[in-house]
Amino acid sequence: MAKLELKYGNHACAEAAILAGCRFYAGYPITPSSEIAEKMAELLPKKRGVFIQMEDEIAAMGAVVGASFAGLKSMTATSGPGFSLKQENLGYAFMVEAPCVVVNVQRGGPSTGLPTQPGQQEIMQSLWGTHGDKLIPVFYPGNVQEIMEETIRAFNWAERLRTPVVLLLDEVLGHMRETVDVEQFEEGKFEVWNRKMPDVPPEEYLPYRPGEDDVPAIAPYGTPGYRGHATGLHHDYTGFPTTNPEMCQELIERLIRKVQRKQPEMEKNEFYKMDDAEIAIITFGTTARAAKTAVDLAREKGIKAGLMRVVTVWPSPEKTIEDVAKGVEAILVPELNMGQYVLEVERCSRGACPVYRLNRANGKIIYPNEILEKVEEIARGGK
Amino acid sequence: MGTPIPMEKIIEKKPYFKYLRLDKMPTIWCPGCGIGQAFRAACMALDELGISNDQVAMVSGIGCSSRTPGYFDGFTLHTTHGRALTFATGLKLSKPELTTLVFTGDGDALAIGGNHFIHAARRNIDLTVVLINNWIYGMTGGQVSPTTPEGAYATTTPYGNYEPQFDIARVAIAAGATYVARGTAYHAMELKKLIMDGIKHKGFALIEVLSPCTIVYGRKNRMSIEEMYFWFKENTIPVKAWEKLPEEKRAGKIPRGVLYHDDSRPEYCEVYWNKVKQLSGGE
Ligand SMILES: Cc1ncc(C[n+]2csc(CCOP(=O)(O)OP(=O)(O)O)c2C)c(N)n1
Ligand code: SF4
Ligand SMILES: [Mg+2]
Repeated sequence: MAKLELKYGNHACAEAAILAGCRFYAGYPITPSSEIAEKMAELLPKKRGVFIQMEDEIAAMGAVVGASFAGLKSMTATSGPGFSLKQENLGYAFMVEAPCVVVNVQRGGPSTGLPTQPGQQEIMQSLWGTHGDKLIPVFYPGNVQEIMEETIRAFNWAERLRTPVVLLLDEVLGHMRETVDVEQFEEGKFEVWNRKMPDVPPEEYLPYRPGEDDVPAIAPYGTPGYRGHATGLHHDYTGFPTTNPEMCQELIERLIRKVQRKQPEMEKNEFYKMDDAEIAIITFGTTARAAKTAVDLAREKGIKAGLMRVVTVWPSPEKTIEDVAKGVEAILVPELNMGQYVLEVERCSRGACPVYRLNRANGKIIYPNEILEKVEEIARGGK
Repeated sequence: MGTPIPMEKIIEKKPYFKYLRLDKMPTIWCPGCGIGQAFRAACMALDELGISNDQVAMVSGIGCSSRTPGYFDGFTLHTTHGRALTFATGLKLSKPELTTLVFTGDGDALAIGGNHFIHAARRNIDLTVVLINNWIYGMTGGQVSPTTPEGAYATTTPYGNYEPQFDIARVAIAAGATYVARGTAYHAMELKKLIMDGIKHKGFALIEVLSPCTIVYGRKNRMSIEEMYFWFKENTIPVKAWEKLPEEKRAGKIPRGVLYHDDSRPEYCEVYWNKVKQLSGGE
């Protein structure tokens, strides 16, 4: 029996975080993400967790990593300008392998941009925003039910791989009320992962010695005997700085590898009417909702359109996109930006079919009929 | 570097050695640098207070001063430039039972990290901040900092510094810190006492340590190691004596000791966790 509840997107994210075990939230108010902080401020103290509003987003990201080292599942949420401010400490979290979840409820950018309107302009920044090479898992749900699922999944992967995970929403999703079947979120009905603990005695403990899965088992700070060091500098297994070229190379390769090797397990897409599709629409989040309707409208007109909705944006579903490209006549990538994910689709499709774009960065969503028009144009052999 | 004398023997004589990661030494610090004095004072303070390695976290930002945690055998976090207090806030609030020290520099805490400094002080969170004030950006090779004296030379003030100096203690007091002290790398035992009282204090404790950057600041301003230490001896006076001085004799003299101490204000973690207790129905 389904148990239906009407939920507000941003609140659903906060509630799911608590379900996943989140017990620390630090943030700084910014539209359209503030309701996540507000909900956390209400819920966390009652769950014996910590809520703190910091002096800015840099501080919030720092506090989250500090709490993560204390052993708490930690999260922060923000939007455009705040996401930019978090970047340096997000890179630090990646380097020191501090599990945490960073939510970015995307609005229109650049700069202060369009604070109350949706955007999808941080598809690339989520991965490349902080300096240096890296691979950070980035998930992007498409409805309120999925906001809950993806929030939990984000925490699980963060803990499993000891990495920051970015959860992308957009203004429409964050501010949307939708029915959620809460049955799947009852205790014991969903998977919850916790970070692994060291399985060696204190004398043998090396905080940054990776396991077979390339993930180190760093003890929460305060665990008697398991003292250690962490630094954003390149470091050895003791966590101490090193400039040894072999060690530095291996560190970066491992940090990327530990995420990349789990790509198949992490990959998540929704396919809609793709079986016989001749034109594939590849997109995510709010734009995918319009695209779904556009697929139906196109089919009414006799055009075999289909949708691949990407949920795990990074690491990239390279192989799947290539397979889609091989099976269709053309791909259309509509997105609320000036052409970001389309670059990845072009790369992954390896020229197997033409890839078209539909871009917008004015704060308005892309409507189904606009996608339909583009699909019709492509079907007619135009572009 | 190994040591020919067994560790137990050393610890017997110098019990604070138990806090050192000797295998990570020698340190990166230059000969004569004052940071080591502050580090030693902190270790001695912890030892005298009977706080074990397992009870201490040490957090820092970026800079020469911020390299300290690497040599400290506790739970240590070397973070990003200016942001040490934010990481320390998250850690301390999550694990209030950990004695949490922050090692930071004048640039780290007051330039890039100024905002966090003000707000950590305002919250009165129980952190003991050892701020190494060496009047310069040591690590990056000697650029001007918010505490560089007027007229002093730095690589980015080739014609002398013309910006006014921050008075760290006054900033901290105004922002809400409840224990504010100033010591120097020259007055080593006094510094130990100041840090000890800072650790004992429940609330935001700032210990400013006037410390010579011998190699970078000293060279730029034509001061030898000896001259720098001598300068601290000559130009700082205990705060009690300083208070008795008539206004005109205070010029150029810097007071040392406990400059401010207020035990009446509630500490942040305590306030938070008491709230949690109420809300979650006791326990
Ligand atoms: C975001 C950022 N900006 C600049 C730097 C370069 N940097 C490293 S240390 C430092 C200054 C350190 O000065 P201070 O805090 O006084 O420490 P000291 O070395 O004097 O002990 C700077 C500017 C950096 N690491 N990160
Ligand atoms: S550069 Fe200055 S502050 Fe840094 S270690 Fe050398 S003497 Fe000390
Ligand atoms: Mg300095």
